[in-house]
Amino acid sequence: MTTIFDLSLLAFEPPGWGKVLLVGFLRSIELAAGGYLLGILIGIFGATGKLYGNKVVRDLLEIYTMVIRAVPELVLMLLFYYVGTDLLSRASTAMGFGSVNIDGLTAGILVIGLVQGGYATEVIRGAILAIPRGQIEAAHAFGMPPSKVLRRVTLPAMTPHALPGMANLWMIATKDTALLAVIGFSELTLVTRQAAGATQSYIMFFLAAGVLYLALTLVSNLALRRFERYARRGLVSAR
Amino acid sequence: MSEPHSLASLVRPSRTSPITKLSGLLEPHRLILLALFIAGLVAAILLMDWSWLPRYLPKLWEGLQITLIMLFSSVVVGFLFALPLGLAQVSGVWPLRWLATGFCTVIRGTPLLLQLWLFYFGLGALFGQFPEIRDSWAWDYLRQAWPYGFIALTVSFAAYQGEIMRGAFAGVPHGELEAAEAFGMSRLKVFTRVWFPRALHRALPTLTGEIILQLKSTPLVATITVMDLYAVITQVRQTTYLTYEPLLFLVAVYLCLSGILIVGLRWLENRVPH
Repeated sequence: MTTIFDLSLLAFEPPGWGKVLLVGFLRSIELAAGGYLLGILIGIFGATGKLYGNKVVRDLLEIYTMVIRAVPELVLMLLFYYVGTDLLSRASTAMGFGSVNIDGLTAGILVIGLVQGGYATEVIRGAILAIPRGQIEAAHAFGMPPSKVLRRVTLPAMTPHALPGMANLWMIATKDTALLAVIGFSELTLVTRQAAGATQSYIMFFLAAGVLYLALTLVSNLALRRFERYARRGLVSAR
Repeated sequence: MSEPHSLASLVRPSRTSPITKLSGLLEPHRLILLALFIAGLVAAILLMDWSWLPRYLPKLWEGLQITLIMLFSSVVVGFLFALPLGLAQVSGVWPLRWLATGFCTVIRGTPLLLQLWLFYFGLGALFGQFPEIRDSWAWDYLRQAWPYGFIALTVSFAAYQGEIMRGAFAGVPHGELEAAEAFGMSRLKVFTRVWFPRALHRALPTLTGEIILQLKSTPLVATITVMDLYAVITQVRQTTYLTYEPLLFLVAVYLCLSGILIVGLRWLENRVPH
């Protein structure tokens, strides 16, 4: 069994692959964090558009969230990546800038963010609907402009309601970064496969990567739970 | 409005969603959107290159069948495993409880793609090293790709559904179980007559969402050479060098599949008495 679990292959310095794995892991976290933040941004706009926008905006957003929820993430990522880069390079050639090379990290974040945005829209919409109506009406009655109502009342008040769903989305974001391996981003899953292929000890490397993903999930679960307790501090417990 | 705790609740479009109401389609702005959509569709059909489609239609049909077989077999087998997983987490003795909780945490905390590659590349290579396995009848299956895809999908569905069943078992009101006991039912009878049916009833509404999520996981098996719908489209893309057409076709097919599944499962759900 020594051939399967040769732990010296995980050493940090070059004969071992430890450094490669950790760099891939950091890349995964960067992609997940960037995509998640972009997703929240899209989600806030999407949710306010769905709740307060006009009919056309609402219908378009409905189509966006429906497509995101019905089509596999892998397919969406391929579509966003290839179609996005193709459109961008065509646009830049048409405008005379020559062909552009879109940075891998940016492309990955955009792809994850667009997928996350569809789910975040629904989570935030539900959270805004959970705010007692009187709070938002009171803000309007004080003469606050809509943007200020959003900033001062709606967003802070919806945060505790959105947190369980948003925590779920963060877990999905970290796991969705693995799908980028299929497109060829060198994040944790892909570098693990390369390391495993080079050393032929597949089981050990995939288990090592699994431990890293699991550690990320468990640590962020803990942090999110603390944050949720903090955000709910003024609310009467439902249970 | 309850808090959206799981993605499963997100996948179910709300019943008041404007698109699902057919009568709402006749509003003027929707007619314009519909006209734009049809115009886009016609333009796509006329201007894009669809000459590959007839050639690949039989292969696409086979791929669709493999996708659906993967989906339904993993859902059925995974659900059978989810029941003991949920039950062990709620009422098992501590080694069982820890095992079940640990299993669900590990599977739900790591990417499915990683698990799939661990099974296929890792276990697949490991099995090949033992002559006992190579000479046995199982080797005919173990050297193919689909058993690994099926196992990974099943394990994943069992873990996610096991977590839901845990909540469903724990959520059955205590008074109902006590009432059953007060009638003198044995523990087994309480389980088969009250606890299990009530838990199943509570878990059913989330099942549609979980099955849609599972459908969205099936294309991953293409990465281990199972020729599902996604793999056929990948082949088309590689041989024709087309960027848009195969991907758009794939999106349309998955949209239709999800739509049919949602409508069909909701019809089934409504037949269960409340």
